[in-house]
Amino acid sequence: MTGINDWIDREVKGNDVVLFMKGTPQMPMCGFSGQVVFMLEKLGVTYKGHNVLSSEELRQGIKEYTNWPTIPQLYVKGEFVGGCDIVREMFQSGELQTLMTDKGVPVAVS
Amino acid sequence: MNPSNARPRIDRIRDALNQTFQPATLDVVDDSSSHAGHAGASASGETHYLVTIVSQAFAGKGRVERHRLVNAALSSEFSSGLHALALKVKAPGE
Repeated sequence: MTGINDWIDREVKGNDVVLFMKGTPQMPMCGFSGQVVFMLEKLGVTYKGHNVLSSEELRQGIKEYTNWPTIPQLYVKGEFVGGCDIVREMFQSGELQTLMTDKGVPVAVS
Repeated sequence: MNPSNARPRIDRIRDALNQTFQPATLDVVDDSSSHAGHAGASASGETHYLVTIVSQAFAGKGRVERHRLVNAALSSEFSSGLHALALKVKAPGE
């Protein structure tokens, strides 16, 4: 494993909910990342955001880590959930909230 | 010039998806102009697409697996400047 791969692995396994995105939760730099931030905020989930634009190594590394070519990427309890389209579908159907609850992640729907 | 670059990307995307999945429905829209100027958008466009695809190939498969199959079919496009796909991937009857 490379250094960045180890680092990503520790991040996604050491935090309940991790979002790799462009920009920050306070200032998303891409509409797709911004949509996922909006949905996580709606669910009232505590999450850790990582800005892939801050590091080219991270930006490439995260694509290779989970064999997924695009950003954003959402992880819950170490498991890759999906990108913007999948997260949106699951949010709209209620599955995202169910997933969080099933995995023991507190939600506070606003 | 790479021969695969001789045709517009939208045509190459359609060809690759038709060949790989024999879809019942395939709709590809170039949405690059909506993203002009943001990080990852190039001056020539051809970076952002909306894809709706319905194929038997996706029956019984989960969301992540479906998207991975589509992404894999378009891997040469991702490595040549394709930046974002908004995907709706369904099996017939869904």
